[in-house]
Amino acid sequence: MYVCRDWGGQGMVTAANLLGMAAVNDGNYSIVIPFFGAEKRLAPTESYVRISSQKVYEKGEVGYPDVIMVFHPEVITKGKCYTMPFYYGLRPNGWLIINAESPLLSEEDARSIADLNVRVLYVPASRIALDVAGTELATNMSLLGGLAGATDIVTLEGLEKAISQRFGGGKFIASATTAALDDVLKKKYAKTQELLEKNMAAIRKTCEFVKNSPSADSTPS
Amino acid sequence: MLERKVVSPEYMFFEAPREKKYLIGNEAVAEAVKRANVDMVISYPITPQSEATHIVGDIYAQGYVKDYYRGEDEFNVMSAMAGAAMGGVRAFTATSGPGTLRAFEMFPCWAGERLPIVCAFMTRGVNSPLTIQPDNIEIGWLADTGMLIFHAEDPQDFFDMILQAYVIAEQPDVHLPVGVCADGFFVTHTREIVELTPEDEMLPPYDPSVSPVVTMDMETVPVRHMKDPFVMKSNYISYNTHASWQQEVRAAAERARKYITRYMGSPVEVVHPGAEILFMASGTAAAQARVAMERMRAEGIDIGLVKIKVIRPFPEKEITELAEVPRIIIIPEHNITGWLARDIKSRVNNNAKIYGGPRVFGGMTMPPEMLVEETKKLLLNLVTA
Repeated sequence: MYVCRDWGGQGMVTAANLLGMAAVNDGNYSIVIPFFGAEKRLAPTESYVRISSQKVYEKGEVGYPDVIMVFHPEVITKGKCYTMPFYYGLRPNGWLIINAESPLLSEEDARSIADLNVRVLYVPASRIALDVAGTELATNMSLLGGLAGATDIVTLEGLEKAISQRFGGGKFIASATTAALDDVLKKKYAKTQELLEKNMAAIRKTCEFVKNSPSADSTPS
Repeated sequence: MLERKVVSPEYMFFEAPREKKYLIGNEAVAEAVKRANVDMVISYPITPQSEATHIVGDIYAQGYVKDYYRGEDEFNVMSAMAGAAMGGVRAFTATSGPGTLRAFEMFPCWAGERLPIVCAFMTRGVNSPLTIQPDNIEIGWLADTGMLIFHAEDPQDFFDMILQAYVIAEQPDVHLPVGVCADGFFVTHTREIVELTPEDEMLPPYDPSVSPVVTMDMETVPVRHMKDPFVMKSNYISYNTHASWQQEVRAAAERARKYITRYMGSPVEVVHPGAEILFMASGTAAAQARVAMERMRAEGIDIGLVKIKVIRPFPEKEITELAEVPRIIIIPEHNITGWLARDIKSRVNNNAKIYGGPRVFGGMTMPPEMLVEETKKLLLNLVTA
C-alpha cells in the first residue's frame, strides 16, 4: 500500500492513477483514491494506492503504508502534509522515496526512520525530468520510474501501457482541471507520440538511476 | 456515437458479457447513464459530484443523451427534473450534500407526483464548518421523502444500481423516484476495476403511457392534485386526499420489493450469516467492515457481515430474521446521527445487543484497524460482564 504526498498541481494525483493503471495492466487489482481540500495549487495533496493480487475492498486513506513517495521537498521541509511527521504510519522495512537532490531529513526524523529500518531513496526527479523530457512537469513520471527501479510492485511495461492509455487518446477521462494542464503539456510537445516517448524516457532514466544507486537494495544502518 | 440496440433489463443485468475497465465512481455513473437510454439530464456542479455530470455532458455531445443543460442552482435543477419527468421523459441528475439540502423541497414532491426520476447522491458533509469531504448524513434525511433509496459500496455497485433503479422506478405499480447514493470520494473519486455491459446495448425506452399519473403536455392537463390543488379547499376531503396519497406513495414503495428481488437479487448481501457477531452496514462502511471481518476471522473470531443495499423500502423482514442469531450486532456508519442504527434498532427484538457505532464523520477514513479494535473491546466487555 502506497501513499504519495505532494503539493497540489504537481501531477501527483496523475502519477498515482498511472501507478494503479500499471498495476492493473500487470494483472493485479488496485484501488486509487486522491485526497485534497478545495482544489488549488500548492496546497497539500495526497493520493493513496493499494495494489494486491486479490480484489481490494478497503477504501479511503492508507493509514499504514509500505511506501511513501514525496513529490515535493517542502512536504518535508515546510510540513506541507496532512500528517505530522510526514512519515506517520509508515511500516517497518518500508520505502521512502523523496524527490530531492540531497538528504534533507532533520536529525530527529532521520533517527526515527532509521529505527523503522526504512529504506530512504533521494531521487533528483525534477532534474531528470528537465534533462530528459525537457520539462519539470514530467517530475511525476520520473518518480514512477524511481518506484519501478527500487521495488518490483510495478513493471516498466505496465507503466508504458498506462501512459499510452492516459495520454495516447485512450478512453481515460481527466477532470476539467487536469484536462487544462494536459493541453499545456500537449502544446509543449506538439505531438502526443513525442509526449509518450519523453514521459517513458523520464521513467526509464530514473529507473536506471535508482537501480545504480547504492541505497536501492541496501538498508540504512 | 455507436450504433446501439435495445436489450431487455433481464439480459443486461444477468446475461450480457462484461468488460473490465479501470474507472472512478463518477466515470462509472456516466457509463450507466449511457446504457440507461436516458432522455434528459440537467446538471449543477458541486464537489464531489461535478465530474459525473461533466462527463455525462460529454456523452450528450456524442449523442448518447437527447437533451442536457446546466440549471441555475440545485433547486432549479430538481424542479426542472420534475418538469421533464411529468412531460414523460427518462431523466437523470446528481448532487451532493449542500446541493441535496438546497433542493430538498423537491424530493417529496417527486414522490408525491409519482415521478420515476433517478438521482445520484454523491454524499458529502453538510455545512457548517464548510467541508467537501465524505459523510453520508443526508441519506438519513432522504429516507423519509418517499423516494426509494439505494446505497452503493463501490463504483461497481454505483454502475449497476443506477441501471437497476430505472427499471424498478418505472414499473407502473411503483412509479417512484430513486435516490442512488454513494459516499463521496470513497466511491466517486476511487479508481478500481468496474465490469461494464457492452457499450452498444441499452435499456428499452421509458414508456410514459403506462404511468399511473397522466403525462403532461400542451393538450393534457396535469394530474388532478396539481391542476386543482386541494390546498385551496380546507375541508375533510382535502385533508383526507393528502393523507391517503401519502399512504399510496408508501404502498408503492412496498410494491417495489418484488422488483428489487427480481433485479437486484436481494436488498441485502450476507457473508457468514450464522456468526456470533454481525456487522450491519451500508455504503463504504460495508467495505471497511468486510476487511475488518476477514482480519478477525483469520484470528478465529466468529464474525459476519450484512451489507444493506436498499435503505428504502427498508429490508425489514431480512434484517429482523438475520438479527435473531448473533449475540452482538455492530453498525459502523459514516455519519454522526446513526440513521442506519436507528432504522435497525427500531425493528429488531432484543435490541440491547445492537451497538450503534463506531461512527466516523466529517470526512475521515474509517480504518479497518479501528473496527477490529472496537469489536474486540465489545467482546472483552461481554466476557467481563
